[in-house]
Amino acid sequence: MTRLKLAVIIVAFVALALVPPVAHLIDEPYYLSLFARIMVFAIAAVSLDLILGYGGMISFGHAAYLGTGAYAVAVFSFYGIDNGWLQLPMAIIASALVALVIGAICLRTSGIYFIMITLAFTQMLYFLGISLEVYGGDDGMDANRSEFVSWFDLTEDINLYYLILAFLILSVYIGYRLINSRFGMVIRGSKSNDLRMQAIGFPTFRYKLMGFVIAGAMCGVAGFLLANLTEFLTPEYMHWFRSGEIMIMTLMGGMGTLFGPMFGAAAFILLEEWIPELLELIHQGWGEHWWVAFGPVLVILVLFAKRGLWGLIPDRSRNDG
Amino acid sequence: MADPILKVEGLIKHFGGVYAVDNVDFEILPGEIHAVIGPNGAGKTTFVAQISGLLAPDAGRIVFDGHDVTALSAPQRSQLGLARSFQITSIFRNFTAIENVALSIQAHAGHSFRFWRPAMSDPELIGPARKLLDEIGLGARADILASNLAHGEQRQLEIAMALATGPKLLLLDEPTAGMGPEDSERIRVFLAGLKGTYSMLLIEHDMDTVFALADRITVLVYGKAIATGTPGEIRGNDAVRAAYLGEDEAVGA
Repeated sequence: MTRLKLAVIIVAFVALALVPPVAHLIDEPYYLSLFARIMVFAIAAVSLDLILGYGGMISFGHAAYLGTGAYAVAVFSFYGIDNGWLQLPMAIIASALVALVIGAICLRTSGIYFIMITLAFTQMLYFLGISLEVYGGDDGMDANRSEFVSWFDLTEDINLYYLILAFLILSVYIGYRLINSRFGMVIRGSKSNDLRMQAIGFPTFRYKLMGFVIAGAMCGVAGFLLANLTEFLTPEYMHWFRSGEIMIMTLMGGMGTLFGPMFGAAAFILLEEWIPELLELIHQGWGEHWWVAFGPVLVILVLFAKRGLWGLIPDRSRNDG
Repeated sequence: MADPILKVEGLIKHFGGVYAVDNVDFEILPGEIHAVIGPNGAGKTTFVAQISGLLAPDAGRIVFDGHDVTALSAPQRSQLGLARSFQITSIFRNFTAIENVALSIQAHAGHSFRFWRPAMSDPELIGPARKLLDEIGLGARADILASNLAHGEQRQLEIAMALATGPKLLLLDEPTAGMGPEDSERIRVFLAGLKGTYSMLLIEHDMDTVFALADRITVLVYGKAIATGTPGEIRGNDAVRAAYLGEDEAVGA
């Protein structure tokens, strides 16, 4: 990694760490929840990049794990169990298991079939969520914040914020270790040339599946944090539209760059916030059609930043994309 | 006589009504270079694909080094010591030359469920990879992206990746494909240097290479093995001459 990129990452994390005091200073608590949401989706986008950017697995169903993680919080909360030390491991285990089942089936296909079948599975979960009347059906239900007794108090927004930041840093660090490890070389090699990998002796399926499960579990953590942030659960978290958003964040930031998707998540959510406001200023009522303005922004990005936002940073080394 | 390292019995592969490989018996003795020649579409590549495990045969048996490998996957066969190169260069283009070789070594250094330590600074992988690249004359190009290597170098890298798996048998599918005379000569000398150390199945169009290297030659025509013998016998075989070599080339070779 070049020094410049390292500097950008450090500045970004420092800036994120400074959001709470600044928001407090200017008396805009809204920024606290906005950037918390950005970080939650940054974790989801980074986890998707592990399999999409490095493993070549174009999963159009990443929201499944976001939803599974969120359900782990809300369902426990529904039964009066708010213990985070129980919910968090459950979120990880449940989303890993869902990824194991979906991956074990989907990874037997490739190309467009893989995209469609991951999409189909996630939609099945979405409709399952809608049909679970006991958990609010498509209305969703409220969820209490997780309790980490005598550790920290998540009902304080600022504590939740720093917990999310800690998980983001942890996710990126784990991702960085993973992609450079022997395991990471296998999934990257398999993206590059799967047939060759098999010919030199790698049974690639099991490694890709493991990658799929790790990414799912990481996104499950994002879901756990999302439910805490919104204090609400809705099957919408698993809607295919959500999967698409996470994918757009990853692509915007720069696929296969690990760090880029963080910036992709930030860009996506900020544009999503600001474009409607801008349009509203221009003409009342235009705000709800913000996708009309957002579309061209995406097209411009695709045309002029083929390697995403991260690719815009000058770079002479090659390994970090 | 020593047991063959590879024994193929009654191998059949057909695509619809077309028999790409039609009841072929074939063997390679330890240390032998056994070439398979034949006109385009004779089934040579289909033959190699079945031996390496990338294509399942419709009938027949493949015994490698005492194991019946007919039902084994390509990775499993690789683990037993069967390595191959591809006719169309098959490398990891976005990795450096040394990473390509190191990955081959990694494939045979235990499982890869190792998630934490960086692989490409691991002396266990990089050390032998560098040594191998030095040996085949690509040492100075180790840190170049594979996609930026010259075509001849990519072909060499392809063979280096096969060697890095520590094979007992090399399946080389047209190692000099698309090469100029100089590069071809280099590969020829390189393969001659490996002769005796490795058993090889050599698929090759270039007759100079075949007759210079092979101990035995099998001629495949429309999926059938029409003749097997020493280079001298094959040169003198009328059926082969009629089916494949052509008068001029047979005499000239």
